[in-house]
Amino acid sequence: MIKIENLKKKFDKNEALKGISLTLGEGTVAAVMGPNGSGKTTMLKCILGLVKADSGSIYVNDCHVNGECEYRKHIGYMPQYSCFPENLKVKEVMAMIKDIRGNNCVYDEELIEKLKISEMNDKQIGQLSGGMKQRVSSAAAFLFGGDIIILDEPTAGLDPVSSEIVKNKILEEKAKGKLIIITSHIVSEVEAMADRIIYMLEGKIYFDNTKDELYSSTGKANLNQAIASLIETAESEGKK
Amino acid sequence: MTTLKILKYVLYDVLRSKMIIIYTLLLFAISFGIIYTGKDVSKAVISLLNIVLLVVPLVSIIFGTIHFYNSKEFMEMLLAMPVKRKNIFWAEYAGLSIALAAGFALGTGLPLLIYGGGAAGSFYLLLSGIFLTFIFTALAFLASVVNKDKAKGIGISLVIWFYMSVIFDALVLVLYFVFSSYPLEKATIIVSALNPVDLARILILLKLDVSALMGYTGATLQHFFGSAFGMLFSMGFLLVWAVMPTLLALRVFNRKNF
Repeated sequence: MIKIENLKKKFDKNEALKGISLTLGEGTVAAVMGPNGSGKTTMLKCILGLVKADSGSIYVNDCHVNGECEYRKHIGYMPQYSCFPENLKVKEVMAMIKDIRGNNCVYDEELIEKLKISEMNDKQIGQLSGGMKQRVSSAAAFLFGGDIIILDEPTAGLDPVSSEIVKNKILEEKAKGKLIIITSHIVSEVEAMADRIIYMLEGKIYFDNTKDELYSSTGKANLNQAIASLIETAESEGKK
Repeated sequence: MTTLKILKYVLYDVLRSKMIIIYTLLLFAISFGIIYTGKDVSKAVISLLNIVLLVVPLVSIIFGTIHFYNSKEFMEMLLAMPVKRKNIFWAEYAGLSIALAAGFALGTGLPLLIYGGGAAGSFYLLLSGIFLTFIFTALAFLASVVNKDKAKGIGISLVIWFYMSVIFDALVLVLYFVFSSYPLEKATIIVSALNPVDLARILILLKLDVSALMGYTGATLQHFFGSAFGMLFSMGFLLVWAVMPTLLALRVFNRKNF
């Protein structure tokens, strides 16, 4: 579904991505983890076409990402922070997404119901709390049933009930054969949902394998300890 | 089509913004006050001209810059959809410019229409204000798209406004003083094309028939700008001032890393 080949990106003197290669297939929840500044967001933004890579290639569903926008009809995206104009009403935001995506999509009205979006329909985005805005963002990402869903810190700011709804939705979509990419600092959340861990460090992929493989390679029984062990190993290698 | 779809929602957002409502009401109050208290509507147009030339560029460039930075996340969200970058840019630019121009036209135009009754220069005052709105919104987008930092973007926008509205006149005066022994009439026309605020000012003043106050230079300008060619010249350059920064900003926007 997504294939990245030797992706490089430099911001002035800062090398954000140092030749990343990655293949992500269907029916997977892949968690991209790593410390701040490790290149997670830059990589995701390259896939979305928000950042233009210096070299390397990205293919989404065999379509080469080179400035065209059509491939993005397969992608649903939920950014870390709510991003809708403050003076738009919730129903207008939903109508806008439908307007832009077109009538060919099947819209997931059930999730809208579950996240109680219709209760907020007449409220302006600026009047909503942070958690309510995130509920709208997550509904927007899943709304049109894309094959690939990219979620940046999906449950940050969500109340426990909404967070559970989103988590269940992620697992449901995975079962349908979709590719879901999440970034998260909440290890328990990653442990519950992801089956593949991509750990990035200083613009490179330091670890990319299944969760079970991570446990066995580090000899740890849970994700928290396994990641701590990864970081320790990386730091000791860095000192050498 | 996609541009129009996005434009609709940008307009919904901007037209509901408190800033636009305050801007419209403020312009209405000022225009109404000046026209209602004065006896001569033509003189009121001159007073309004000074306010329009100062306030419209300032509000357009500052509001434009703030709007661009505040819409950054929204633009990112749109860019993650099957939408071309140029569609997003045109929708944002047109949405903001149209909303600001509508606010200006309503705030200044309504009192002129009610009490002015087609006073000389009213039409050109409104036309110039609308041109300046589009020009300074374009300059705001250009300043914002080349700078990631909001504070720096607003700073640059303020410098542009200060240069066009205040410093440029001083520089022109220095130029005239230094080269006072040379015939400067043609140079005056060329120099005026370098500043949209000056172009707008000359356009309205000449229509108000007060160019005689500007002496020999005024007479030259009257002769030039009063003719059909002069009108085309000033309108053409105002159009160039609106188009060039917009296309430059679009070019940078198309290559920008969000």
